[in-house]
Amino acid sequence: MTDKLLTVSGLSKRFKRRGDDIAAVAQAEFDLEPAETLALVGPSGSGKSTIARLLLRLIEPDAGRIIFEGDDWLALRGSALRARRARLQMVFQDPLSAFNPRTTVARALEDPLRIHAIVPRAGRPQAVAALLDRVGLSASLASRAIHEISGGQRQRVAIARAIATKPSLIVLDEAVSALDVSVRGKILELLNDLQRQEHIAYLFISHDIALVRAFAHRVAILDAGCIVEQGPARAVIDAPQSAVGKALLAAAPRLHRNRIEDVP
Amino acid sequence: MSLRRFTRTPEAVAGVVVLALLAIMALAAPFLFPGDPQSIAGPALVRPFQDWAFPLGTDRLGRDVLAELFHGARTSLAVGLAAAAASLAIGTIVGTLAGFAGGIVDEILMRITDAFQTVPGFLLALAFVSVVGPSLGVVVIAIALSAWTGPARVARAEVLSIRERDYVASARVAGMHPLAIAFREVMPNALPPVLALSSVMVAGAILTEAALSFLGLGDPNRVTWGGMIAEGRAVLRTAPFLSIAPGVMLVFTVLGVYLAGEGIVENSAVKRGLA
Ligand SMILES: Nc1ncnc2c1ncn2[C@@H]1O[C@H](COP(=O)(O)OP(=O)(O)O)[C@@H](O)[C@H]1O
Ligand SMILES: [Mg+2]
Repeated sequence: MTDKLLTVSGLSKRFKRRGDDIAAVAQAEFDLEPAETLALVGPSGSGKSTIARLLLRLIEPDAGRIIFEGDDWLALRGSALRARRARLQMVFQDPLSAFNPRTTVARALEDPLRIHAIVPRAGRPQAVAALLDRVGLSASLASRAIHEISGGQRQRVAIARAIATKPSLIVLDEAVSALDVSVRGKILELLNDLQRQEHIAYLFISHDIALVRAFAHRVAILDAGCIVEQGPARAVIDAPQSAVGKALLAAAPRLHRNRIEDVP
Repeated sequence: MSLRRFTRTPEAVAGVVVLALLAIMALAAPFLFPGDPQSIAGPALVRPFQDWAFPLGTDRLGRDVLAELFHGARTSLAVGLAAAAASLAIGTIVGTLAGFAGGIVDEILMRITDAFQTVPGFLLALAFVSVVGPSLGVVVIAIALSAWTGPARVARAEVLSIRERDYVASARVAGMHPLAIAFREVMPNALPPVLALSSVMVAGAILTEAALSFLGLGDPNRVTWGGMIAEGRAVLRTAPFLSIAPGVMLVFTVLGVYLAGEGIVENSAVKRGLA
């Protein structure tokens, strides 16, 4: 039990809006080992982002427990929570909206270093350069405004910002979905490298089941807020038991073809 | 490019020219008319364009009208700008806190805003100056108290939309303190629609200052156009020019501020639309 990085149980969240009462997440249970990738797949509106925001304490659950690094994550408040946030980071889908429109690459990366007092002021330019190098970007990008670099570069900066605080878990909410295919492959490669070298676990949220099959160790399939099936990524995706799993598979033509070729 | 667009809107150019002239008047006043403009300079009620020592004549007490107009421009512009800046600053801070904190803080701050808004602004300024006593600083605070609610509402509305953006979530994920998020991440991005109110705020502040002075609640040690109009009333039949001259100045100033401001806002809106 103690070797688990993250244990989530009974996690539930309802949204009430104009009379509607939606169970966005209902009784979700899952866990993560260190340096493991768990994919969360499901159709749009199935509650993936809500789970991400609950884990990051951007919203509060109605019920459930989250044990992260052995501590009751939901019991943390105020400055204790802010300090521990260094260990649990997030990368958003749209790298443009994930940065203050007025910021520069350097300032975006200095923020976490300053907040968590990781590097003293004088060493920050060097630390920023090292972070940029770590995600495969040139240090000369540091002085650029965030809107002056390409979408792929921006997502690399977002990853650099996430790893700046040396987290043990990064939630990737559709982090590669907005990128075009060639850029996506390189970013996934980078994420794999980081996982191997820094032992970072990922909660990889995606609706692309083919991508998940290649990238994740395990997968949990979400339908209307409920986890309907969960297991090793290849086993689950090659032979889904749930209706949603089957529907997602049917909607992924590339993978479907591969699987049929495998059969004979 | 935006300068060229700006010069293509003649009313904006007219506004800027008027404002530039007023600013020059205000800055030049102590050099062109170094003495105390409130002291007696010559015979009383010299008509305008008669005596070149007093191009615009003198008032009931023999004070130089032209000198008074120049020094009045100083008061009007200084009070107008300071009061507008104070209103915008108070409004932005209150609106940002209310919108960002939400919940009970929002509730309390917006009830206070409501309370201020139900009292007519001018009455509030009037009451404040009568209680505290007239001086330039008090007049500025009084006008700011009567005018901050508009910017507060605009700022709050903008903050409510900005606080849902991903970059605000990113700042929380990074462990930034909520106050730092409110004032470093959210507020600067909420400013454009608040600053768009500037011209209306400055014009309003100048008029309020004139009205307070007209009622005798301006700083007694300063020449003000409102005070000049009030002074002139006693001899309105025989020397109407004494009230008309500062009145015309006031109209031009308010028009200038308004036109220039609208031109700038429209330009930045166009620019933002193209970006
Ligand atoms: N802030 C919110 N207010 C009301 N409903 C919400 C809110 N956020 C999400 N929802 C609803 O919760 C459900 C799950 O949304 P989400 O977690 O964003 O799904 P996904 O990321 O899987 O597409 C959807 O029905 C969505 O409309
Ligand atoms: Mg989502």
